[in-house]
Amino acid sequence: MSIMDQNGGSVIAMVGKDCVAIASDLRLGNQALGVSSNFQKIFPVTDRIYLGLPGLATDVTTLKERFRFRVNMYTIKEEREIEPETFAHLVSSTLYEHRFGPYFCEPVMAGLSKTPSGGYKPFIAATDLIGCLNFAKDFVVAGTASEKLFGVAEGLWEPDLEPEDLFETISQTLMNAVDRDAYSGWGCVVHVLTKDKVITRTLKGRMD
Amino acid sequence: MASADGGAYSYSLTVFSPSGKLVQIEHALAAVAGGTTSLGIKASNGIVIATEKKSSSILIDDSMIDKVAVVCPNIGIVYSGMGPDFRVLIAKARKSAQAYWKMYGEYPPTRVLTQEIATVMQQATQSGGVRPYGVSLLVAGWDITRGPTLYQVDPSGSFWAWKASAIGKNMINAKTFLEKRYNDDISLEDAIHTALLTLKEGFEGQMTEKTIEIGVITVPTTAELEEGKIGGETGRPKPTFRKLTEEEVRDYLAL
Repeated sequence: MSIMDQNGGSVIAMVGKDCVAIASDLRLGNQALGVSSNFQKIFPVTDRIYLGLPGLATDVTTLKERFRFRVNMYTIKEEREIEPETFAHLVSSTLYEHRFGPYFCEPVMAGLSKTPSGGYKPFIAATDLIGCLNFAKDFVVAGTASEKLFGVAEGLWEPDLEPEDLFETISQTLMNAVDRDAYSGWGCVVHVLTKDKVITRTLKGRMD
Repeated sequence: MASADGGAYSYSLTVFSPSGKLVQIEHALAAVAGGTTSLGIKASNGIVIATEKKSSSILIDDSMIDKVAVVCPNIGIVYSGMGPDFRVLIAKARKSAQAYWKMYGEYPPTRVLTQEIATVMQQATQSGGVRPYGVSLLVAGWDITRGPTLYQVDPSGSFWAWKASAIGKNMINAKTFLEKRYNDDISLEDAIHTALLTLKEGFEGQMTEKTIEIGVITVPTTAELEEGKIGGETGRPKPTFRKLTEEEVRDYLAL
């Protein structure tokens, strides 16, 4: 039994047309025993960046605070908000600093980055527990249901989805994947980021 | 107070005099004022930094002297004052720029790097067993948030952003000259000529490509930026700061 599967939980992020979505389940467990059905593992970093942290719950909380600290220091020092690409590198460096005694989390990021001409470009990325970055053009997954998420996402995702369609796609992908994973589920939360607003919805799921 | 030996408040450790002055810093400023003149001018589409480099003997190979230094692809620095102190600061600045790259995957904005150097210089005014750095710096850089910016850093560790400034032996005259010449919509080409003209005031000896050093920041176009940060197969960004070659300097002097 891997320490990565101790508490369970999964996260997925997807790219749409001028929007991105990130979603996770809400389960916290102790091995097979369900403990909470409201354990948040997605956190806002800025107005345009969301970070999902599936993995060992204690490290989820620690890392959330660590990134909050580092992003706050960055914002004050540089007098600007961190861009998604820069934040992804920060996440990678932070994890790699603990190369030989890692945090047991596999972060997933979704954001909208400013382009030099003033527009916004969708951005998603994920890393493994030691910070190896994976910049994907379509979707990224992590957590105990990652294999299932990969399978469903491969089947459902298509390019240039509008926010509402992207919401439907990511919700269906996540719900169907976590139903086939004993360590994930117990409800989901979905965030869709567009250039002028973030849509957050909580979904009910099977409680078995 | 300012006696020939520096008075009672000029030990190696920087100590306040009763009048509130740090005499060691004033001595460092005197070392800067004794150094060769350097200047920087911010133009509408870039920045120029320039300096004169004088060698004490014709036997010195002046092509090997670097007074304008590249810190990272978007930042360059020129100095007036003590050469060896500058070398140490440049090594620290480069290391800091690479550490920033390692953390964030991009090079630091000019202000962040300037602040980092200023911190190093400030620490030398408050630590035991050291003396302040005997240099003033002109830091020229470009970054996405603030565009082209020109900073001056002094031995005290204080720093300011300038539109145009001069440091070293001829700084007072050079600054007066720049005040008369400067306007906000000067082009980079014009700024380079103004820089040479300013250096010419009070230049001892012949101004040639061997006795002048120039560095420029060129502002990338939106199209160039849109292409992406990563350039070519090296994965390094296209530099916005570069030193002019001897040939380029000769061409500017000929005009």
